Amino acid sequence: MRNIKIQKILFYLLLAVMTAIYLGPFLFSLSISFNADQDVFKWPIRLLPENWTLGNYRRVWEDLPFSIWLTNSVLITAVQTVCNVFFAALAGFAFARLDFPGKNIIFSILLASLMIPGIILLVPKFIILNELHLINTYAGLTIPGLVSVVNIFLMKQFFETIPKDLEEAALIDGCSYFRIFWQIFLPVSKPALAAVAIYTFQGSWNEFMWPVIVSTTSDMFTLPVGMAFLKNEFSVQWPLMMAGTILISLPTLTIFLIFQRYFVQGVASAGLKE
Amino acid sequence: MKLSTKRREQVRTAYLFIGFPLILFMVFTFIPILFAFGISFYDWNLLIPDKTFVGLGNYIELFQDEVFLISIKNTVIYTLGVVPIQTFLALFLAFIMNQKLKGRAFFRLAFYVPAITSSVVTSIIFVWIYSKPGLLNYLLSLVGITGTDWLTNTQTALFAIMALNIWTTSGYFMISFLAGLQSIPNSLYEAAEIDGANQWQQFWKVTVPMVRPVTYFVIVLGLIGCFQVFDQIYVMSGGGPVNSTTTMSYFVYNNSFKFFRLGYGAAGAIILAIIIFIATWLQKKYFPSEAY
Repeated sequence: MRNIKIQKILFYLLLAVMTAIYLGPFLFSLSISFNADQDVFKWPIRLLPENWTLGNYRRVWEDLPFSIWLTNSVLITAVQTVCNVFFAALAGFAFARLDFPGKNIIFSILLASLMIPGIILLVPKFIILNELHLINTYAGLTIPGLVSVVNIFLMKQFFETIPKDLEEAALIDGCSYFRIFWQIFLPVSKPALAAVAIYTFQGSWNEFMWPVIVSTTSDMFTLPVGMAFLKNEFSVQWPLMMAGTILISLPTLTIFLIFQRYFVQGVASAGLKE
Repeated sequence: MKLSTKRREQVRTAYLFIGFPLILFMVFTFIPILFAFGISFYDWNLLIPDKTFVGLGNYIELFQDEVFLISIKNTVIYTLGVVPIQTFLALFLAFIMNQKLKGRAFFRLAFYVPAITSSVVTSIIFVWIYSKPGLLNYLLSLVGITGTDWLTNTQTALFAIMALNIWTTSGYFMISFLAGLQSIPNSLYEAAEIDGANQWQQFWKVTVPMVRPVTYFVIVLGLIGCFQVFDQIYVMSGGGPVNSTTTMSYFVYNNSFKFFRLGYGAAGAIILAIIIFIATWLQKKYFPSEAY
């Protein structure tokens, strides 16, 4: 009996240590972001600020081009998310429910492309966009990420689980395929659509490598590119940086908290017990 | 007759539905793959309009380029260090999360937050943690150890970035394992318990073999991700000090977009892609997803 108790205590102790390791860095950056003292590199460091302030958060907006970068990030993420959901659903429906010549070969090629490491596409994509004069434009930042094979695959898998009866009845009634897609399939696909939306949102919002290559002037930076630029180019003002990083992290965290259920389903493609 | 018009409508609708994704796929994936090989045979400089065909010249130069050879070494160390640890840690976290436990949703969130946060954000936070007067050295000083400046020391910089990567991705893969764990029938654990297996033995003898397909998937994704590590290097070290953290994708980036040697960069990327293919092939051969 006592043995079990000790085991339990050890277990929760382990859990506490792990939690501290995973959350600690965020809590400390939160603490620095409230520090009124700009020189945070005093030894020994303080875990909590001596003088608290919200000023760093105000200065992020006033002293940095934060609002421009935020606008860029929001714009790109919004367009990419909406387009990914819409086009993945359309294409997923076609691959799952329609019969057309070349269907299997096209789908196999799409799937095979997932094996290609993104790094080899970088230079040719850049040259193509450069030829189209799309470097350092919203179009260049956004268009390559409007559809993704993974999302098409997810939607196809989901649509294949929907029973045929509904669709057949609608076809006999003379419904067009688009109406069947729009009025029968989409309304019952909310969990899958939400998963695609959330993944695309996270991916776009956090994307770094592509925007860092395509955006060449500060007014086209997204938030991650802007923050990386600040870190590398200027003498770093840590409280300001930390306030910025906290602000960038809020949307993804909020989305996760609200849509946890879909998130986990999406990663696992199998429901959790909870 | 009616059937065939219906059939034609179906085909037309299908092409309409997949049309836009296919065009984008052609322009931004399919053509670039072929194009990449072409570029790699040219001395293709963004600033010089003339492109000279150099055959295998770029590849020959790469293998004489000391920085490229270092970048291969760094990338291999990085991947071999990160993938096993993050995979094991992810499984371990999932195993903990699968126990009867109060506040499970909170702990799951705690372990998952680094994974959903921008890599730039986590990198910036860890630049501060790893600095000479940073959090890590503060914690070490509490137990009487004097730490170094982790990111400017050639001995430690790469390992410091590897540790950050393990910290961010272990929580991500935890979710994959969690789903795998929950599909293991409880009767297996009950049987093990009746046979007198403790928790530790249950973990090794029941859990680990049962989640092997998930492990396979997590290792493949881990390999592909680690071989292409870029964001953390860009933000935290810029490949330094003295190339001790230059990875292959950072090398490709630098040559293509800092020195504008696109042909040379493309050739480097193709070598990296070949290494990734070999690694995933080796894994499939020696560690298949279905055991025994």
